[in-house]
Amino acid sequence: MSKIVYPYIANSVPEIKERLLKKIGIESSEDIFKEIPEHLRFKGKMNIPGPYLSEYELKRHVEGLLSKNKSCSDYLNFLGGGTWQHYIPAVVDTIAGRDEFLTAYVGDSFADHGKFQALFETASMIGELVDMDVVNTPTYDWANAIAISCRMAARINGRRKVLLVGTISPGRLAVVDNYCKPDLTVELLKYDSETGLVDLNDLKNKVSEDVSAVYFENPSYLGFVEIQGELISKIVHDIGAEVIVGVDPTSLGVLTPPAQYGADIVCGELQPLGIHMQWGGGLSGFIATRDEKKYVAEYPSLMFGITTTIQEGEYGFGEVYYERTSYASRENGKDFIGTTTALYGIAAGVYMALMGPQGMRDLGIGIMQRSQYAMEILSEIKGVKVPLIKSPCFKEFIVNFDDAGKTVTEINRDLLAQNIFGGKDISCEFPVYGNSSLFCITEIHTKDDIKRLAVALDKVINN
Amino acid sequence: MKKTLGLIVNPVAGMGGRVGLKGSDGVEILERARELGAKPESPLRTTETLKVLTGLRNEVEIVTYPGEMGENEAREAGFEPQVIGTIEEGKTTSLDTIHAAREMADLKVELLLFAGGDGTARNIYDAIGGELPTLGIPAGVKIHSAVYATNPHNAGELVKLVLQGNRIDVHEAEVMDIDEDGFREGRVTAKLYGYLQVPYDKRYVQSLKSGRGVGEEVALSGIAEHIIEAMEEHVDYLYIIGPGTTTRTILEKLGVQNTLLGVDVLCNKQVVANDVTETQLLNLLENKKAKIVITVIGGQGYIFGRGNQQISPRVIKKIGVDNIMIIATKNKVISLKGNPFLVDTGDSETNKKLSGYVRVTTGYHEQMIYRVDS
Amino acid sequence: MVAKVRKNFQQAHWDEPIIYEMSIPGSRGILVPDPGKEIKERIKNPLNVLPTVMQRKDLPRLPELSQKHVLAHYLHLSQETLGSNITNDISEGTCTMKYNPRVNEVLVADPRFSELHPGQDEDTVQGILEIYYKFEQIIKEVSGMDKVTFQPGGGNHAVYTAASLVRAYWAERGKLEERNEVITTIFSHPCDAAAPSTAGFKVITLYPDEQGLPDIEALKKAVSHHTAAIFMTNPEDIGLYNPQVDQFVKLVHDVGGLCFYDQANANAFLGVTRARETGFDMCHFNVHKTFGAPHGSSGPANGAFCCTENLAKYLPSPSVEYDGKKYFLNFDHPDSIGKVREFMGTAGVILRAYAWTIMMGAEGLRETADISVINNNYLMKQLEGTPGLNYCFPDNGLRRQEQVRYTWEQLKEDTGVGTDDVNRRIADYGIEHYWTSHHPWVIPEPMTLEPCETYSVDDIDEYAAVVKQISKEAYETPELVKEAPHKSASHRRNDEAALDDPDKWALTWRAYEKKIKHLK
Repeated sequence: MSKIVYPYIANSVPEIKERLLKKIGIESSEDIFKEIPEHLRFKGKMNIPGPYLSEYELKRHVEGLLSKNKSCSDYLNFLGGGTWQHYIPAVVDTIAGRDEFLTAYVGDSFADHGKFQALFETASMIGELVDMDVVNTPTYDWANAIAISCRMAARINGRRKVLLVGTISPGRLAVVDNYCKPDLTVELLKYDSETGLVDLNDLKNKVSEDVSAVYFENPSYLGFVEIQGELISKIVHDIGAEVIVGVDPTSLGVLTPPAQYGADIVCGELQPLGIHMQWGGGLSGFIATRDEKKYVAEYPSLMFGITTTIQEGEYGFGEVYYERTSYASRENGKDFIGTTTALYGIAAGVYMALMGPQGMRDLGIGIMQRSQYAMEILSEIKGVKVPLIKSPCFKEFIVNFDDAGKTVTEINRDLLAQNIFGGKDISCEFPVYGNSSLFCITEIHTKDDIKRLAVALDKVINN
Repeated sequence: MKKTLGLIVNPVAGMGGRVGLKGSDGVEILERARELGAKPESPLRTTETLKVLTGLRNEVEIVTYPGEMGENEAREAGFEPQVIGTIEEGKTTSLDTIHAAREMADLKVELLLFAGGDGTARNIYDAIGGELPTLGIPAGVKIHSAVYATNPHNAGELVKLVLQGNRIDVHEAEVMDIDEDGFREGRVTAKLYGYLQVPYDKRYVQSLKSGRGVGEEVALSGIAEHIIEAMEEHVDYLYIIGPGTTTRTILEKLGVQNTLLGVDVLCNKQVVANDVTETQLLNLLENKKAKIVITVIGGQGYIFGRGNQQISPRVIKKIGVDNIMIIATKNKVISLKGNPFLVDTGDSETNKKLSGYVRVTTGYHEQMIYRVDS
Repeated sequence: MVAKVRKNFQQAHWDEPIIYEMSIPGSRGILVPDPGKEIKERIKNPLNVLPTVMQRKDLPRLPELSQKHVLAHYLHLSQETLGSNITNDISEGTCTMKYNPRVNEVLVADPRFSELHPGQDEDTVQGILEIYYKFEQIIKEVSGMDKVTFQPGGGNHAVYTAASLVRAYWAERGKLEERNEVITTIFSHPCDAAAPSTAGFKVITLYPDEQGLPDIEALKKAVSHHTAAIFMTNPEDIGLYNPQVDQFVKLVHDVGGLCFYDQANANAFLGVTRARETGFDMCHFNVHKTFGAPHGSSGPANGAFCCTENLAKYLPSPSVEYDGKKYFLNFDHPDSIGKVREFMGTAGVILRAYAWTIMMGAEGLRETADISVINNNYLMKQLEGTPGLNYCFPDNGLRRQEQVRYTWEQLKEDTGVGTDDVNRRIADYGIEHYWTSHHPWVIPEPMTLEPCETYSVDDIDEYAAVVKQISKEAYETPELVKEAPHKSASHRRNDEAALDDPDKWALTWRAYEKKIKHLK
């Protein structure tokens, strides 16, 4: 019997363990494990580090490992591309860290009323940002939300091909590709490399009666704004297909919500709304549609609706349209759903509530001011070409170093030496843009930060 | 406004059971039962059900027939029923049941509750068909139909849910009956008479971990889709489609005429013959390959020998047991509580061949492995 | 101490308005950092670069509150939620609601973790890479498998990853058309059917035998040259260990199929039995259950997916490797299924789980298993004789392992009070609603309890006493139970049908205002 009393195991006190065994009427746990045949038992000893039994030892050990990291708090960061550094209000951390939300799970809406209300409110606020009346509970991430949106579209119209914007991030595409197999065929649309915009001729050539949906993003992975939303939607709707638009919600204080230029399904990422980057572990997706039965019927996610209770004037919540259809045939392709990222959904709600309408507006304007300022400042550096794409950008933009005499890898290495994380290297992902990287500017960047980048880049390239 | 509940008690239902008479249909049998000291089961059972509803006295009005056909039980449970019709106490017959059901349907009661067995269910079906939601309190000797609650208490709970206007769905449940004379001689020839609209509690519970449920309608549609997708399209390939609502969905999906209570034959997704007999089947099968598509009939799990006797041992032998496709929704399978499917073709050799483990199609691209006993 | 039934419990009931109802126009919760004079003077109107059609016309209609009011609102909502660190959460069986240590929350909040960008140079993320690498070694020890990925965002997602691997395996052999069936059991988690189905497989479900165990005779009927794989849980969600599990594996291997072991219920088997010795090709763990990370109101979670060497080439990319000096990400996996999630998955869950596991050590994991099964059998003992309560397959003589599926069928027969009623009532005693079972209910009126190693003898005694108390109430005053909860943060919904009615449901406040509010 173990002599150690584990702080996380209440009944590891030897006397108590004995008492329980006696009450059950057995000698030891072996009388329970006897149901496992001898030849299936593990006889060895697991080689596992530890134990670090005192909290102090444990903390010291793990902090020792973490001290080997250099974070975006230590260094000046210009990486974006799917995970973005924004300011996270203290109130968001307080709420997301509450044990009630942190450690709840699948309890119903009576004892877990607050969880339901918080997620309902998050859905309500996203609904305002994207101008849609129906929003689901969070998905794993944006990529997962795109894949589910595509499958929903396919179930709605029974078609099996989806066209995705050619500038989608390769990481996101890999997820969508895998998730759409084998029911859907995924094809990429050409884009005009000068503007980054969807090649409308290619779109017209590719749309046909077997196309279920067309997906594009605003802002796109490469940072620019797709300004042809209305035109694209018209072409897509003319063949009876669904328009899916992916958004970074931090842009929606200034950019037109996709529903207003024809989107039928909107999806996107909640991470920039108050969730720490956590090495990419802070992602959480959402999906929104109009309030029509044909859409609501196809969500695989949990959907929380507001309702009344037996108590006059009290709000209650419950699962909407529980027996949503329609996995009845191959064309309809199935989905699974499980534990996703609800806590991040709650955090995003707190963030939006703090920001309010004016906050989201200020955020969008401030980001665009800084990014345009950064482009201007950087464009003054010899060997740096920016902007490369002739379309308006939101918080990310491509910087080209073809004339810099160094590869992006080399430039980033040299920036790192000056405690700067340079832009994301896209020279392999998008060879059409040559030796380029994707820089991300948000509200966390000051004028001095941007100038520091410019000075550092100039030094790296022109020294 | 008060909700109205129709109540019909077959006062003699269940009398044959305890004295070994296998049913109580017909005046003579009834007299023999009485001679043997039989007591009716239905009054007690009905009262048990109605007592669950006592709390709703002010919201629910019971409409019933006089005396032993419901009035007594309603009063016993504390109700002041509205009594309609006339009967001859102690000498009621199936005609009284039929009249009562018809009159209650005309009065537009919200739910018709009856106590009895398969004979009673048949009478109700003859009177009103699927006109209004109906629920049986199991009180008869023969309970092959699927229109009853699992016990009188649960019948009360279900009625309560319906009358309180909570989430309730109806489904079509089989009305079956067997030939009582044959039954008494040890032969079972069950017939599928039709379907009543029976409310059921679809267990509206949130399953937050697994997302969401699939409705019965979707399940049926998925099963049909599965079968249709796998259909061979060839002039020499027949599909023998057994009776029932589950199999009906296939024909509905194909847009062809179907016989709910009989056997239809398809070829190339078109009807070759509707409502065929065994002889017709054997003729059609001359030099043809075929598959049989059948479902579980009734509440006890029969797949052969109840309501589909046309698909006889000879037919099965000709087609081969490997060419039988069994379909049923998951809920239907689970309602058997682990009891195996049953076969009773009348031929022990065939029964034996059909026994063992079978694949049941329960949805689109979904099957279950389930046991069959004879 | 004698277990106390909290008869006077009252959950926080704030009658909290929807946040929109608290909005006061003009209020601000937080201000956004100003770009400063120089930037603003240089870029006067940044929106000018956008065509008018792309400029948002109206401000998004978010609520407007001062900071204190946002904080208070969400604190109220949190108090109207019963997290497992707060309550006696023996309730959520199959979910392994163990204690989630606070120190791990301190660690994930450390900016040297929380402020890491996934695109950072490898030299600057050696710490987190080391944690990933080391936790992979730990999971390899626990499972006996050769390679692990932490990309899946939860248990179901890991099962989906398994299905994706099975698909890749057969596709490479050109046999995907033929190998189109995945076998599972009815008491396995539904995702063992749903995930392969999403990946395009037909699903064959085995109904249990009379003992409640997966029926090996049924499996014999199911296996064929169409069998792509079997996906099975063990112990299944009813708490029985399947002693023939290796025979199942053998039967499937004999026809060439792959075997996936759903180890969502692994808590009681750490160091006791493993996927490797049982013969499986793949398995997964719910990191957020078994390894002490919180459930987060339903995520972020993590599913550790493990496989043998011969399947490793199909794993999602990238993998974390170590060359003796440096940890690095290896993207060179040409046969990979691609990705199931962006970047490296929910890193925070891995960090917490790593910390939990090394705190316990190998012996601590074994103690976890021991106490889990002892606690469970003790609870069963304490619940013995509760009127109306039984457990499934009571006569099979088999010891339950880490959890039990109980049934209130008798109570329902006797009193009309069913498991849903009991489940609402239990919250009146300060206990989270319990897990019934997945649908459809094979075991009628189910209740699935899992008193994992966290819970004390008093917790278990309290739980049993509450269950008995409710049983008593059901027999004496059934309406009290049926009308529950009485002391929760909210009451029974009075119109369930509205949630299914397109004219009445409202999934957002704006929909509510359009459709329902004006009717009042």
